[in-house]
Amino acid sequence: MKLLNHATTYFAGLLLAVLSVWAGLFYVNMLDEIYDSMDDGLENQKILVVQKANQDSTVLQQREFEAGYFRIREIPFNVALHAKDRYQDTLMYMQNEQDYEPVRMLTTVFERDARYYELRLITSMVEEDDLIEDLLYSLLWLYLGLLASILILNNLLLKKIWQPFYRLLHRLQHFRLENPTPVPVQPTNIDEFQLLNQTVEKLLQQNVAAYQNQKAFIENASHELQTPLAISLNKLELLAESQPLQEAQLEQIGAVMENLERLTRLNKSLLLLSKIENRQFLQEEEVPLAPLLQKSLQDFSDQLAFKEITVSQQAEEEVTLTMNADLAAMLVLNLLKNALVHNVKGGFLRIQLTQTTLSFENSGREQPLEEEKVFTRFFKEASSSASTGLGLPIVKAICDLYGFQIHYSYQEGHTFTVRFR
Amino acid sequence: MKILVIEDEPQMLDTLVRSLEQEKYLVETASEYESALEKVSLYTYDCILLDINLPGGSGLTLLEELKKQQKTEGVIIVSARNSVDDKIQGLELGADDYLPKPFHMAELHARVKSVLRRRKFDGQHLHQLQNLQIDPDKHQVWVGGQELVLNRKEFDILLYLTTNKDRLVSKTALAEHVWGDYIDQADNYEFIYSQIKNLRKKLKDHGAEVEIQAIYGIGYKLVTA
Repeated sequence: MKLLNHATTYFAGLLLAVLSVWAGLFYVNMLDEIYDSMDDGLENQKILVVQKANQDSTVLQQREFEAGYFRIREIPFNVALHAKDRYQDTLMYMQNEQDYEPVRMLTTVFERDARYYELRLITSMVEEDDLIEDLLYSLLWLYLGLLASILILNNLLLKKIWQPFYRLLHRLQHFRLENPTPVPVQPTNIDEFQLLNQTVEKLLQQNVAAYQNQKAFIENASHELQTPLAISLNKLELLAESQPLQEAQLEQIGAVMENLERLTRLNKSLLLLSKIENRQFLQEEEVPLAPLLQKSLQDFSDQLAFKEITVSQQAEEEVTLTMNADLAAMLVLNLLKNALVHNVKGGFLRIQLTQTTLSFENSGREQPLEEEKVFTRFFKEASSSASTGLGLPIVKAICDLYGFQIHYSYQEGHTFTVRFR
Repeated sequence: MKILVIEDEPQMLDTLVRSLEQEKYLVETASEYESALEKVSLYTYDCILLDINLPGGSGLTLLEELKKQQKTEGVIIVSARNSVDDKIQGLELGADDYLPKPFHMAELHARVKSVLRRRKFDGQHLHQLQNLQIDPDKHQVWVGGQELVLNRKEFDILLYLTTNKDRLVSKTALAEHVWGDYIDQADNYEFIYSQIKNLRKKLKDHGAEVEIQAIYGIGYKLVTA
C-alpha cells in the first residue's frame, strides 16, 4: 500500500470515530435543548390554561384533547396531594399523519374553588427518527466531503511535498553497485529530505568506492602475482635441469611446480572473473554456438576419450547469440570442462542446444549438489582438489553480464542449463 | 644467434638469460627503456624479448620506435598484463608473438625458435636431429629418409620436444602447447601419456635415434640415443 493511501486509511478511520462520537454528543445535546424549550412552552401553557379557567369555567369541562391541546379531569384531594408535575413522552394519533406520533405531555394538578383538577397538556414533538435520519445524512455528507478533501490534499499537496522522497526511492531502485550512474540530487528545502539525500548519497559513494577498491584490489593482486609466479616456475625449471638430481628430488620439484601451476590457473581465473565483472569485454558480435560447441568438444576429445565418456548431443543449427566471442567460447568451455572434470570414468555427457537453451548433463557423484552453492567462488567437491572452483562462477558471471539464466538440477545426472531468452 | 632481453625484474631477467644461454644463444640485456632504446638503435639482434611495463617508458613505444627505424628483429612481447588490448596493439605494431607471464621455459624456447626460423630461413627449414627430419610447416616427419606417419597431436608433441631437445619439458607446458591453454586440470594429464606411448612406439619401430624419457613427477625429455 502506498504511503499516502496508508495515511488516508488511518485518517478515514479516525475521522469516522471522531465524527460518530461528535454526532452522538451533538444529538443528545440538541434533544436536551429541544425538550427544555418544549417543557418551558408547556409550563407557560399551563399558566395560560389555569388563568383561562379562572375566567371561564367551561374550560374545566374539556374532558378530552380533541380540538384542544389540553384536557381537565377532576381528581379527589388525596390523589392531588401526592401529585407532582410530570413531563413524559407518549404517542397520540395524529389526523394529518394518519399515524401515532410522539408528543410531549405535562401532567399537573391545580386547585379551584376547593376542588382539585388534573390538567394534561400536550405539544407536538420532534420526530426523533426523522431527526436522526437527517442528522445521519448530514454527517455522511460531511464525512464524505472531508475524505474527498483529504484525498485531494494528499494527491495534490502531499505528493508534491513527498516528491524528493519518491525521487530518491526511484533512484535507489535502479541503483547498481557494479554500474553506478550518477544522478544529480534534486534540491529540496525540507530539512529531513535534505538530510536523507545527503545520507544516502554519502552511503552510496562509500559503497561504490569500497566495491571499486575491492575489484581493483583483486585485479592488482592478480597482476602483481604474475611476475613472482613466473620467476618461481622458471627457476624451478632451471633447477630441474641442473644435473645430477635424484628421482626423489625431481619429484619434490615436480610437486612444487604443480602447485605453482595451480596458483597460476587460479590467478588467471580470478583475473578473468574481475575482467568480466568490470565489463572489459566490450566487442560484441553474432556468435554461432553450434560450431563453438564442436570446437570445444574437439579440443577436449582426448580427455573425453581417456575418461571413456560417452558424448551424445542434440544441437540445433543456426543458434546465434549476440555477445563477445571470447566470452561465448569461455562459457561453453567452462560448462564442458565442468561436465568433464566432475565426471566418472565410463560416464556420460549429454549436450542439448536449442534456440533458447544450452544444457550439459553429466554423470558424476550420485547425489545432488546444493544449488545455492554451486555458483559461489571456491565451492568444491572434496574429491577434486585440483579444480580451481572458479569455472562455474565464471559461467555465472558471463550469464549475469548478458542477462542469461543459469540453472542447476539433478535427475539422472547433474544438469546445468543456460537459458538465453 | 643474438638475443636481446628487455626486462626490468632482475630475477626474471637472470632466469631468462641463464635459460637462453643454455641454448648457446648470445644474450644481451636491458632493464629500462632508455638503455633498451640505445641498444636496439645501435645493434642488430635476431630476436628481442620485450616486457611491456618498463621503467622510463612502455614496451609498446619501443615497438613503435623499432618500426620507425625499420628494424626487422623478431619481437616477442613478454608481459604480466595478460590483456587482449595489449596483445592486439603489440601484434599490430609488428611484434611476432605475445607470451603472457607466467610461462614455461619450454614454451618460450619454442616461440623463440619459431620466430628465428621464420625470420632467418623464410620458414623453409627442416629440423634435423640424428636420423630424424621434421618439416614444421608441412607437418611431415622422416626417419632415415623414410616417412613416419603421425597424427596431429603426436606430431605436435614430437616437434615441441625436439625444439626443446635435452631440456626437461613439464607435462603442463606440453599439454598447454599441444592441447591449448584451456587444458588446465592438473589431475588430468594422464591422457598425455597414452599419446606419448604411441609416439614412442612409432619412433622405436622406425629405428629413430631419439628417445623420449619420462622424468618422474615433472614431465618428459627428448634425448639423442
